[in-house]
Amino acid sequence: MRWLDDSVLEHLREVAELPDLTGTRYEYVGRLGAGGMGRVYRVRDTALGRDVALKVLVAPDDGGALESRLWRESRILARLEHPNIVPIHDVGRLPDGRVFYAMKCIEGQRLDAWLAQTRPSRPEALRLFIKICEAVAFAHAHGVIHRDLKPQNVMVGAFGEALVMDWGLARVVGQGREEDVPGGPQEGGFPPGEVPTLQGVVLGTPSYMSPEQARGDVASLDARTDVYALGAILYFLLEGRPPFEGASAEEVVARVLRAEPPGLRGRDTSIPKVLEAICRAALARRPEDRYASAGELAAEVGRFLDGLPVAAYRETPWDVVTRLLSRNRTVVLLVLAYLAMRVVLLLAAGR
Amino acid sequence: MSEDAAERHRSWQVLVAAYWKPIYKHLRLRWRKPREDAKDLTQGFFAQAMDKGFFEAYHPSKARFRTFLRTCLDGFVANQVQSEGRLKRGGGVPLLSLDFELAEGELARLEPVAPESIERCFEQEWTRSLFALALDALRDECEARGRSLAFTVFERYDVLGDPDARPTYARLAAEYGIAVTDVTNHLFQTRRRFRAVVLDKLRELTATDEEFREEARLLLGGARP
Repeated sequence: MRWLDDSVLEHLREVAELPDLTGTRYEYVGRLGAGGMGRVYRVRDTALGRDVALKVLVAPDDGGALESRLWRESRILARLEHPNIVPIHDVGRLPDGRVFYAMKCIEGQRLDAWLAQTRPSRPEALRLFIKICEAVAFAHAHGVIHRDLKPQNVMVGAFGEALVMDWGLARVVGQGREEDVPGGPQEGGFPPGEVPTLQGVVLGTPSYMSPEQARGDVASLDARTDVYALGAILYFLLEGRPPFEGASAEEVVARVLRAEPPGLRGRDTSIPKVLEAICRAALARRPEDRYASAGELAAEVGRFLDGLPVAAYRETPWDVVTRLLSRNRTVVLLVLAYLAMRVVLLLAAGR
Repeated sequence: MSEDAAERHRSWQVLVAAYWKPIYKHLRLRWRKPREDAKDLTQGFFAQAMDKGFFEAYHPSKARFRTFLRTCLDGFVANQVQSEGRLKRGGGVPLLSLDFELAEGELARLEPVAPESIERCFEQEWTRSLFALALDALRDECEARGRSLAFTVFERYDVLGDPDARPTYARLAAEYGIAVTDVTNHLFQTRRRFRAVVLDKLRELTATDEEFREEARLLLGGARP
């Protein structure tokens, strides 16, 4: 027997985790990333001659709950054909028995990395945010709540397109009751008792988690839960950090439940009051105080970009003047230039 | 355990091979036993386990086997301490041939283990034993099938290489006088066999299908062999 130090041991574990693609249409290319329950590999789809991303379950899976979740995720993705939602191509079981699904391989970076490296202008970041909202609004229109929206689950493609990823915690709701997404073809659907209900379980990422989600109040989750997370993403895009941080997940959850997010303008006075108000409205503690849908939030941010009044902010007369001046800057400048020229001409004529 | 004596003996050997190092290291780290005492206790534990059928009381639904074994071991050592260190090795059970110096050398390479990490350390040592056994079995298998070169390439790249400075495929190809695509194929096929051999070893070490699946999931993640 040989000595295997910890780094070799970890490498061998990774090697043993590699997907067995024997007899499939895929050829292994490399590893793309890792999440809580799965690894994502870049593989070559030999039938179509293109690279795709293969998500394979690797986490310990007591009772097969994660496997069920992966099936559900694949079915949910199949429902959501939208330019800002990563498209799924295939789902199945590998020769080693593990469930996988294949999706578009996105050349880009995660939203947090994009923000740090690209340092986009505020309008550029807001336009991207609207795309994210539109994807989520589309999902809501199809009865799907994401429940784990965060910058790490949004990819920004090479052409500036936003793609919402990782629908593993998504829930399908319909007409006031939760629906179960059917399971994989081998299972022929999950018997009701085997579908992970997630009842009372805190799932999601604390910094972007709504108060009702942090309480584990699963029954009350609806589209406004995602609106809250979108508000937290907007906060992140404007401020560079999430509304709530802490030394531990428990500390963050405690703040989400009890504290108000720090005001954006307290840290950066260049952030317009209107944007701060939109963010605050999206991050309201009570769901009924938030925007009713991601579409409303997108429209509100769009109105801000267009220099129109927004619902979340009551303008003073001075705000109205400032906004109109800002919105019609070119016209105002032309009028001022014209008036200045007339003054100059009048003065010249007087001499 | 099997009713068949030969099969029972083989199972016992597999169990000893996988667990003796974690047990010895646990005695040295958790119980802070001197070398000689740890050697005696390791031998004594296996002797009594066989003599008194410790492991027959194990039930997969109640705990993982490693947890059960460690509990038995801690109980055994506590009894030894209470009985003023008189080791009872079980009547007529032969001493096992175990390379304690090798284990001692491995201990010297371990980082100091915090008390709260003892359990994790036992798990890690068990995984180390299992993977080492699997590598030995894989090497034997490759040699028997005339695939020694495939194993050598795998060993050079995945086992012996510095994790931060692995040789490139091109370098391995040049070293062994093969094409780069051969290196890729050797690595792919041998890695796949490695996974299968690890799972085979795991199957030998588990009592039921359920336990095996559970262990495979914990060890390799999500596996449903």
